[in-house]
Amino acid sequence: MRILPSGTRALLLELDSLEEVLAQYAALLNADLPVLDLVPAGRTILVVGDRDTDLRSLAAQLRTIAPGEHTARSGTPVEVPVRYDGADLADAADLLGCSPEELVRRHQEEEWTVAFCGFAPGFGYLAGSRFHWDTPRRSSPRTRVPAGSLALAGEFTGVYPRESPGGWQLIGHALVEVFDLDREPAALLVPGASVRFVESS
Amino acid sequence: MTSMTVVEPGALSTIQDFGRPGQASLGIGRSGACDRGAHRLANALVGNHPTLASIEVTLGGLALRPNEDIVVATSGARCPGVPHLAPFRVPAGETLRLGLPPAGLRTYLAVRGGIDVPPVLGSRATDILSGLGPAVLAAGDVLPVGTSPRPVPGVDVAPVQEPTGDRLLVQVSPGPRRDWFDDEAWSLFTTQVYEVDSQSNRVGVRLTGESLPRLREGELVSEGMVRGAVQMPPSGLPVLFLADHPVTGGYPVIAYVDDLDVDRCAQLRPGQKVRFTTAHLH
Repeated sequence: MRILPSGTRALLLELDSLEEVLAQYAALLNADLPVLDLVPAGRTILVVGDRDTDLRSLAAQLRTIAPGEHTARSGTPVEVPVRYDGADLADAADLLGCSPEELVRRHQEEEWTVAFCGFAPGFGYLAGSRFHWDTPRRSSPRTRVPAGSLALAGEFTGVYPRESPGGWQLIGHALVEVFDLDREPAALLVPGASVRFVESS
Repeated sequence: MTSMTVVEPGALSTIQDFGRPGQASLGIGRSGACDRGAHRLANALVGNHPTLASIEVTLGGLALRPNEDIVVATSGARCPGVPHLAPFRVPAGETLRLGLPPAGLRTYLAVRGGIDVPPVLGSRATDILSGLGPAVLAAGDVLPVGTSPRPVPGVDVAPVQEPTGDRLLVQVSPGPRRDWFDDEAWSLFTTQVYEVDSQSNRVGVRLTGESLPRLREGELVSEGMVRGAVQMPPSGLPVLFLADHPVTGGYPVIAYVDDLDVDRCAQLRPGQKVRFTTAHLH
């Protein structure tokens, strides 16, 4: 783990893999640090202090925290009901070298973990562990991806919380809102949470 | 109930407070006032708790009419037509008009009691990137005004440094991806005079100047940032992130502006000159 500078209020922890990020993030959440925010990403965790945080002693504290167990945080997975009716389902299956039926089966059997959020409020990047997911993005991104679209890109799957441009392969849509300001909490998919997708007829 | 009607919104007026800290892991940016110090001061001048919402006015032009007597104060960029850095009363039915400030970009108008619109995820801030929070102010909007139990402080005029149109010297330190650039590029970054581009907004200040070469090609896995990050896209021209910055970014952050200087950068106008320095200014 490397600690990189990020201004007068924050430090950037750099790790070697997404697995290491998830494990370290789980440990940091339990460490009761004097911080305003922890922002996991693909290979890094941004640790944001407040006006009173001394970054030097925070860095020393961060070096003493051993990685945790990332599946420990949420015992029962969040179940997301979906329909696999996306416009790119056949293309995505081709790209992954399987049939659409096989893709749908693997996607439901996979034990997904929310690795991090970004791009838009409530947009979770979900990583799998049982199957190999490496889906190229569409060569030309869509200018409008409908809200609720279930999609694949790279090693991740995700659900678009609202209509936006996007280059992910659309394989279906979710039947629940992943980000709803009228719900508490608004975000359904939080970093570290386990997720299962369940086809709804 | 006390309220104010927006007669003219100006180029861009939004409701702001200190934003939504602590939610970046959900993809929710902090947002809030671009010049936090000015927002805090405007609130203090009318006896508001610092967390109440004010109006961030870009390049003046805002006109408001209250239905009852209100006490207001402005800070940040000084707009002609109204007192500045001191509380004053606007009688019911009279129109308050903010002129075009000769220097600085953002004026904060606080009203005693705060702008009392419903908070979204704990804040009344308008985030123009994510769309969270109240809509940008438009003519005809009626803004509810809250109440404040605190006394109005007995100040005549708050003595603070006001934004100027002069070249701004800004303190920076190396960012997490400083090593994507060689010493020559870093030296160019910290010596050249940049100019603020007209495409700048609440997301970031875009700068034009001599392009900086990168040592490496390829993409960075997106990583978290806070305000003050200076990102270097493939163009080699820096973007200095302000309140509505994306939660994560995929271009290397070459440097960070000292948090004390970010407020001053939020007052930079298109065409104004900026130079970065590693010398200690604070």
